[in-house]
Amino acid sequence: MTDAAQKPASGARETSHPLLELVQARLREFYREPGILFWVFGFPLLMALGLGIAFRQKQPTLPEVAVVRTTESASARELERAVTSSPRLHARAVTAEQATRELARAKIDLVLEMTDDGVRYRFDPMQDRSPLARAVADDVVQTAAGRRSLLPVSDVTDARIGSRYIDFLIPGLIGLNLMGSSLWSIGYNLVVQRKRRLLRRYAVTPMQRGHLLLSYMVSRLLFLLLEVVVLVAFGIALFQTQVQGSYLNLLLVSILGGASFAGLSLLIGARLENAEVASGWMNLVQLPMWVVSGCFFSYERFPEWTHRFIELLPLTALVNALRAIYNEGAGLVALGPELLVLGIWGAIPFVIALRTFRWQ
Amino acid sequence: MQPPISCKSLVKKYGDKTAVAGIDLEVPAGICFGLLGPNGAGKTTTVEMLEGLHAPTSGTIELFGVRWGAGRDQEIRARMGVALQETQLGDKQTVREILRLFRSFYPSGRTVDDVIRAVNLMPEQNQRFHTLSGGQKQRVALATALVGDPELLFLDEPTTGLDPRARQSLWAVVEAFRAEGGTVVLTTHYMDEAANLCDDIAVMDLGRIIAQGSPAALIDSLGDVQFVEFEVGSAPPTFVPGVLAECRAVRKVEERRGRLRLTIDRELEALTSVLAELKGREVVPVGLSSHQATLDDVFLHLTGKELEGD
Repeated sequence: MTDAAQKPASGARETSHPLLELVQARLREFYREPGILFWVFGFPLLMALGLGIAFRQKQPTLPEVAVVRTTESASARELERAVTSSPRLHARAVTAEQATRELARAKIDLVLEMTDDGVRYRFDPMQDRSPLARAVADDVVQTAAGRRSLLPVSDVTDARIGSRYIDFLIPGLIGLNLMGSSLWSIGYNLVVQRKRRLLRRYAVTPMQRGHLLLSYMVSRLLFLLLEVVVLVAFGIALFQTQVQGSYLNLLLVSILGGASFAGLSLLIGARLENAEVASGWMNLVQLPMWVVSGCFFSYERFPEWTHRFIELLPLTALVNALRAIYNEGAGLVALGPELLVLGIWGAIPFVIALRTFRWQ
Repeated sequence: MQPPISCKSLVKKYGDKTAVAGIDLEVPAGICFGLLGPNGAGKTTTVEMLEGLHAPTSGTIELFGVRWGAGRDQEIRARMGVALQETQLGDKQTVREILRLFRSFYPSGRTVDDVIRAVNLMPEQNQRFHTLSGGQKQRVALATALVGDPELLFLDEPTTGLDPRARQSLWAVVEAFRAEGGTVVLTTHYMDEAANLCDDIAVMDLGRIIAQGSPAALIDSLGDVQFVEFEVGSAPPTFVPGVLAECRAVRKVEERRGRLRLTIDRELEALTSVLAELKGREVVPVGLSSHQATLDDVFLHLTGKELEGD
């Protein structure tokens, strides 16, 4: 009691603003818990790595053709050379028995037989690739025999940046990660702290109650920046993805997305006292969106009539907006509907949560 | 000067259940006030209302002459400190970090070093909370209550689950706080804790205060009685304990947890007659003991319930 009177200033110097102390406490809970670090950073990276490798773009495979020559004529030898050296086929000269065996095992798409009577194609019409192999092989054969095109044609090949699966996947994973970390780091934590009676303990101090919630928001924002930067950098470094739009827009949409899920999370954490019940609610929010919101594959695959509902989900809006910026270079104005959906999902639960929040 | 706590006709109802059924209290400055009662007696609800966590259904509470909800809540909170039992104050934070955090909430207060020294945690100040023993955690909880340099300290079951040495060291901190003029409100299960620390005790049951006074006054209220307890080792099947009430100087016979408990007036006379009676009936008493009345006996007498173990 007398202590404060004797040295009133000494206590004030050594501790900083309560908001700063609360944020520091939040950050320590994070970086001193290796498990949390793994789930926030390691897990999405592993997922991106695994899926990126599994679905990486392969070179288009050439038709597999076995060439069987039963004639010694000069023109047949000439034709065989033309077929086996064509860049449009993967053709090898083999014996008749070997060709039959390989066709039966579907190791090859087509057997090309050269006889005195001409060329014969043998294939299994039920194999997807065989008719294509036949058409390509026939074109090679006819061209070598001197056929000319009647109509002039030309090919334009266009390998677009941002059309690979990994380009689709990285923005999806950013969205998924923002949902997971925003939901769990706020609501779940509040429930645990309420259960441990820490919220009740804070409530009987002169702490500004808004500071506690603000500290959650600030620490969430700091981690959100890290998460987005790490995933984007990972995509660029390992899979040569490119952000077509502006990084600033990508970040702004990420922040809005994070804030949107933070609102939902706060609502879940506003009153509950049981961690298991809270995780049930988190999963109830998360799992349907994992499936339908188009993180891993396009929701276009669901029936047409479901699309307008799916597009009202916050994760769909977030992932669509991120993808548009990432792969199509979209600006914020074009993303109005998505941003509106995110704003609504964030604001309404936030207001309800503040009104119903329980400190004990 | 306004008393630290003053409340009148305090009632709290949850639906049609009445948790607190009309309590008047005045805690003057500088005393240690104990609130005792079995579980469900309403003492936690009462303390939480005093701390400003719940609004009462009816009645008034004033802390330092100021009502909760009158726009001066922060001012009241700055003058009080609260130590809850078993609060997990942040597993990953060190003792020093926790106290820095709590200190930052108060406009003025003691230094972090000062409270760490006061609760004797200098060697553990940089340890994380989850590595501390139960007693050390309780001392951190007490330190968070002291760091705002309060005039009024709420202690909720401060030594539940602690070993005797840890309890002693916690009591010493509370005594030091009182020596400097602080006021304490204590809830506890332990009668020895109440007897040691409290100047004034209110016993609660079913939402009401059923007795109040100093520990000595409460014990005196039982009259000049003592207690004899023993277990019946072996007895013929016809033995009925009630017959012992007929012995000289025996007032009352009760059976509790397999032990017989006799309330007696004059120790020597009662023991002589009871032992003669038991011998005559071929009953063998085991573990016989006698003691002066304690707060436990007062509590048992008032509520018919025992405090510990509930």
